[in-house]
Amino acid sequence: MNSSLFFDISAGAYIAAMVIYVIYLVTRNSKVGITATAVTISGFVCQSTALLIRWVNSYYFWTAEHTASGVIESLLRAAPLRNLYESLIFFVWALILAHLLVEFKYKNRSLGAFVTPIAALVLLFIDVTGTSKEIMPLVPALQSNWLLFHVFLAFLGYAAFGVSFGASAAYIVLITESKFEKTYLFWSFIIGVFLIVLIAMGIDFLSLSAAQRVQLIQSHFLKASFRSSSSVVVAVSWISAGGFFLILWWFGYGLKNLLTKLSITPEMLDDITYKSIAVGFPLFTVGGLIMGAIWANSAWGKYWTWDPKETWSLITWFVYALYLHARFVGGWRGKRVAILAMVGFISVIFTYLGVNLVLSGLHSYGG
Amino acid sequence: MEKEKKDIFESIWSLLASVKLAISLLIMLAATSIVGTIVEQNAEPAQNIKLLAKFFGDSFAPTVYNIFAKLGFMDMYDSWWFLSLLALFGINLIVCSLERFPKTWKLVQAVQRPMSESVLKSLPVKKELKIKTTLSVAKDEFFNALTASRYRVLEATEEGSVQLYTQKGRYVRLSVYVVHLSIILIFAGAIIGSVFGFKGYLNIPEGSMYNVAFKSPTEKIPLGFSVKCNWYETLYYEEIDSPKDFRSELVIIEDGKEVMKKIIEVNDPLTYKGITFFQSNYGMMPDTVGKFILDITPKNGPKATVWLRYGDTFEIPGTGIKGTIMDFSPALTRDRGTGSLITYSENMVNPAVLIKFEEPGREPYVGWILKRYPSTGVLNGGHSVIFKDYWGVEYTGLSVSKDPGVWLIYLASILMAVGLYVCFFMSHKKIWVNIAEEGKSVNITVGASTNRNRLTLEQKIEKIVSHASKAIEGRKS
Repeated sequence: MNSSLFFDISAGAYIAAMVIYVIYLVTRNSKVGITATAVTISGFVCQSTALLIRWVNSYYFWTAEHTASGVIESLLRAAPLRNLYESLIFFVWALILAHLLVEFKYKNRSLGAFVTPIAALVLLFIDVTGTSKEIMPLVPALQSNWLLFHVFLAFLGYAAFGVSFGASAAYIVLITESKFEKTYLFWSFIIGVFLIVLIAMGIDFLSLSAAQRVQLIQSHFLKASFRSSSSVVVAVSWISAGGFFLILWWFGYGLKNLLTKLSITPEMLDDITYKSIAVGFPLFTVGGLIMGAIWANSAWGKYWTWDPKETWSLITWFVYALYLHARFVGGWRGKRVAILAMVGFISVIFTYLGVNLVLSGLHSYGG
Repeated sequence: MEKEKKDIFESIWSLLASVKLAISLLIMLAATSIVGTIVEQNAEPAQNIKLLAKFFGDSFAPTVYNIFAKLGFMDMYDSWWFLSLLALFGINLIVCSLERFPKTWKLVQAVQRPMSESVLKSLPVKKELKIKTTLSVAKDEFFNALTASRYRVLEATEEGSVQLYTQKGRYVRLSVYVVHLSIILIFAGAIIGSVFGFKGYLNIPEGSMYNVAFKSPTEKIPLGFSVKCNWYETLYYEEIDSPKDFRSELVIIEDGKEVMKKIIEVNDPLTYKGITFFQSNYGMMPDTVGKFILDITPKNGPKATVWLRYGDTFEIPGTGIKGTIMDFSPALTRDRGTGSLITYSENMVNPAVLIKFEEPGREPYVGWILKRYPSTGVLNGGHSVIFKDYWGVEYTGLSVSKDPGVWLIYLASILMAVGLYVCFFMSHKKIWVNIAEEGKSVNITVGASTNRNRLTLEQKIEKIVSHASKAIEGRKS
């Protein structure tokens, strides 16, 4: 059985859910809200099924080559967490899981409109960058029992951090009093960069042939816009980006009214931000840093080598440690900690994608 | 003079104990760490100058490089200022923990006391209710409900009222110190490792033996025993050139005796006397002639392994068929365009040997036998000549390390995992239940506090109260 059909259905469901959540935001009709949740849950079930099918397929793929491998060993080696595509898919799965948990715990559907777009963007990213979806043989370095636990826990952590990013971004909009506040300018900048890079990558995608798309990030990143050889294109790109920032900055403020109408309070968002970091931090520390170090030691004899992936995960750890200490013993409140939560997730993106795609190092399997 | 000295000491101490310093250090460590992920560490200067030229232009890049090099950016994580930041971070962590620990210890040790009803009503979690029952029934049922939730309940009785009070998880408050301690242990482990351990490498050609490892091409580290590489091989997945396994057979020889033998692979090293050998690299030795290892099996006959050189001739026993080694290719493939056979890599990706066969009464013929495809070695008539290896031309690249501090790192990892779990998922909860008689009913006031997760405690209190009130109702009937 092929998993791709189920993956496609779930991707469709998440994109549909995103639209329905937005409609719910605008109409605030509870039936629409229930539909959004139902669609998300069906997408989640489909995706879980797809992951299991892929796991089973990978299992047979593995045992075909490694006939001496036992059942448990084969299951561990076949876990669908082995390359960039699988990890991105798993990230979406964990993010949706985290979102559903938050939705049920806080009995508030409106946050779906902020989380499902992240899921949709990641799925879009997979297609835009032409990330290979094939089940590939496992390179020797990854043939370890640590693979499953290390990646699984680290990605649950990433997903929790993703939720904290959404909540802290909404928090900042909600408490902004004027468009000229530094925090809000920071917010506009970060969200703007996110969206502009994605749009620029979309333009890259459209400008490339199918064969070139596979190398989009490595060889053609932003070459169709900001890094074009034509200075006219570069100028137009910067001007459009500037315009985009202005629009986002001007109208992004409007989200505040919307959030207020939806009875989302700053306290609630602050609480979600903290709680998701409180879940993400131990998961990331244990799964990402500690298990990563132990695995590195058993594979290479060095538990820490300051390679870019390790260093970036440590930077991420520093930022979230800073968040926790600033909040609990440093007396930081409100905007300042919300900014830290946003910065933390930017660091997560660097740890995960930036290093795999841009920088080299021991973790460069993903690209 | 004495006093001034003391003041300086105190102000240094209070600086080291300050949260502000901790916050600044975390920010500085995070920010400076970024540099080393962009500038290639310990690389050839040309590589980083090329990188810098992208930002500063070709003419300024060498100057910027020199400044960066002086600042230690090219080997940043070993630079004096980065190590100082880490040291300061460690000291700050210790001092902060020492400063705060006594207060926390007091909270842990503090004896819980009954509290007045008015204080209970001011607690963050509270619940009030009135039930028609007697004081003793209410007391019993709340006692049972709390005990069922595994609280050890104390009670204080007054005229017309009784108070049950209990707490759980007071040691949770210490978990943050466990996490801090684990970080200090990691520092200690890292220091022990760098002082008493080493990290080196060793490339051993197949069949060779070494009693040293290398820190650099000129710096040797004696091992105290010898290590020999019997063979190295890369295994590939079928039909594709994607490696499946890198492995070598190592033998440890001490005082002329073989004491250990193991096939190592990535993720499965060999350790002897605290020194661990990891499979990390491989390669071909230039200008080396090796030996061909062939498994020769006549149809229905026993297998024989032969070791041959270029030009050597062998015979398939009992058949009169003679074979001569003519040529070798480390990576044979058929060119898609021209259809001719070519060698596409210097590494042994697809090793093949060309053998000329001579058989009485037949024209001599030549054929390539490929190591990865044993079926190429099956001859007409059912005899087989399997190409096992072209031995003696590859070396195995080992990283060699000794780290006597690693057990501390593992211990710290366990402590940190446990500490974080307790810190974030458990809490110190205190509950007071005041039951006061009022005519034929009792007024019940429940107050509770926690250091974390108020929501969970609220749900818990709801559960205990409903459990107890149901039991009280049940007694009536």
